[in-house]
Amino acid sequence: MIEVQDLAKHFGAVKAVDGVSFSARDGEITGLLGPNGAGKTTTLRMLYTLMTSDRGRVLVDGIDAARDPDAVRRRLGVLPDARGLYKRLSARENIEYFGRLHGIDAATLRNRTDALIAALEMADIAARKTEGFSQGQRVKTAIARALVHDPKNLILDEPTNGLDVMATRAMRRFLKQQRDEGRCVLFSSHIMQEVAALCDRIVVIARGRVVADGSAEALRAQTGEANLEDAFVKIIGTEEGLAA
Amino acid sequence: MKAMFVVFLKEVLENLRDRRTVTNALVMGPLLGPLLFTGLTSVMIQRELDKGEKPLEVPLIGSENAPNLVEFLKQHGVRPQPPIEAPEEKIRRQDAELALRIPAGYGEAWRRGEPAQVELLFDASQRESRATVERLRGLLESYGRQTGALRLLARGLSPSVATPLVVADRDQSTAQSRSGLLFAMLPYFLILSSFMGGMYLAIDTTAGERERQSLEPLFATPVARTHILNGKLGATFAFAMTSLALSLVAFGVAGQKFIPTEKLGMLLDFGPRFAFIALLVMVPLVLLASTLQTLIAAFAKSYREAQTYLSLLMLLPMIPSAMLAVLPLKAQSWMYAVPLLGQHLTITRLVRGEAVNAADIGLCLASGLAAAALTWLVTAQVYRSERLAISG
Repeated sequence: MIEVQDLAKHFGAVKAVDGVSFSARDGEITGLLGPNGAGKTTTLRMLYTLMTSDRGRVLVDGIDAARDPDAVRRRLGVLPDARGLYKRLSARENIEYFGRLHGIDAATLRNRTDALIAALEMADIAARKTEGFSQGQRVKTAIARALVHDPKNLILDEPTNGLDVMATRAMRRFLKQQRDEGRCVLFSSHIMQEVAALCDRIVVIARGRVVADGSAEALRAQTGEANLEDAFVKIIGTEEGLAA
Repeated sequence: MKAMFVVFLKEVLENLRDRRTVTNALVMGPLLGPLLFTGLTSVMIQRELDKGEKPLEVPLIGSENAPNLVEFLKQHGVRPQPPIEAPEEKIRRQDAELALRIPAGYGEAWRRGEPAQVELLFDASQRESRATVERLRGLLESYGRQTGALRLLARGLSPSVATPLVVADRDQSTAQSRSGLLFAMLPYFLILSSFMGGMYLAIDTTAGERERQSLEPLFATPVARTHILNGKLGATFAFAMTSLALSLVAFGVAGQKFIPTEKLGMLLDFGPRFAFIALLVMVPLVLLASTLQTLIAAFAKSYREAQTYLSLLMLLPMIPSAMLAVLPLKAQSWMYAVPLLGQHLTITRLVRGEAVNAADIGLCLASGLAAAALTWLVTAQVYRSERLAISG
């Protein structure tokens, strides 16, 4: 369970995030939808305590991220926008490194790594050094690495960026499976279809603010558009109209 | 604590798999110093020896004016060469080392008993020719003294009348202190190998990791940033110290097998005691260097940029070596408190086989550790900043 209350962050004169509130519940997939530069990545970075907020609060399973950032990071599995791997380590070594950083004991780590390698269908690449991996192989490894400590909450920044159709479909299946296991899944995207296909709940962000929050049905009803893409454009457009 | 060790092990493993790092840090770095050093000293020593034994080849201009002098020079190992055209210019252009000119008026002045002049042509700015020039000058002066003594005897006077003062040289330098002068660059080579040993890791673990975009996921783990920093610093330090230790071993082997110091009656102490104390006094300096390298790499935007800065940093340890080579200062206690200078003095003394004061070593260690701790505080501050993790 991730709760965000009135979060704000500025860089110089630019208000990157300006009062964002929403919550992402366990057993649901929440999509953070917004155009490029809307403040999605900055919001997520504050969630996983890479950045501190100027204002507002982040609660993960009821723990305040500002008070106990270590405990919050322990409860999060994070796939950041930056998802570089260690190219001189094998995929398995990359995953195990993060497991050890989380303090997982050797036996549990082995089981957990095996399970993730099976679930992400990456047995064929597990022993290979990650140098020269395809985009899909890299994302799989990065996700396994993020989930190695079996976190209750998942934060993924544009997880399907650069993936081909097959890899995207596999990713969607995987996220749904995570939800069905009762996890709280929060991901950001600027792609309509993706959010529509996957999310139980959509939070639309534009210009650092939440401009809509609800299920796909609710958003269509709110705008009176049958097509979600039109609804999205209308929501963003309206907001821009208001701002001007 | 455990996480620090996990980071340390991973950085060591990953960098051991990098051929460039291993070649530079563990092969090139440790071997470069001893190789250069052995080569240079061998050439130097060989040349000194050659000069003493080799016949002096001197172009003689106007040798017909002083047949007796030429005969004397020939008897004392000079091999007269035919005269050269425009000797001044040739010497300036380094086409000739030196020349001796005997003017036409030489015989006339000699017969009249007046000082007869010979001209010794050389270029004092060429250190190379100094020994040859000194040798020829010595021969000419001894010919003059010998003739002067004969003239006094011919007039019934004792030659000692004309020698009211005799200077006797009593050189107090020991074989070790002479070799110390020869080996003034040694500390630089040792310090350089440790700088080179740590440099690639400092870059790879900070600037490299950010450039490859793996720093952000790393910071999303619950491990405290100072622990991550310490693990990385530990790996950098380990590589630097390994490089230094290998370098000391290489120097030990080179000193025993390849540097013909005994030919000049010099002794070099590259033994285990030297290696141990040198390693010990280098610990704070290597800590300081590793931290400083990491700090600088943390400011660089890319791997390349970090590499440029750190290459410049490698010139820093040259300062005390160059300074002490030009101005041979007497070591004062306070100098041991200056990181780099302290190490330089200690290693120089050690290699000369001189005792090093425990208090001086203590001062050297304490000041180095204090400087390293201060740099660590700054680096930890930079590591905690939001900006560090964000790539691009």
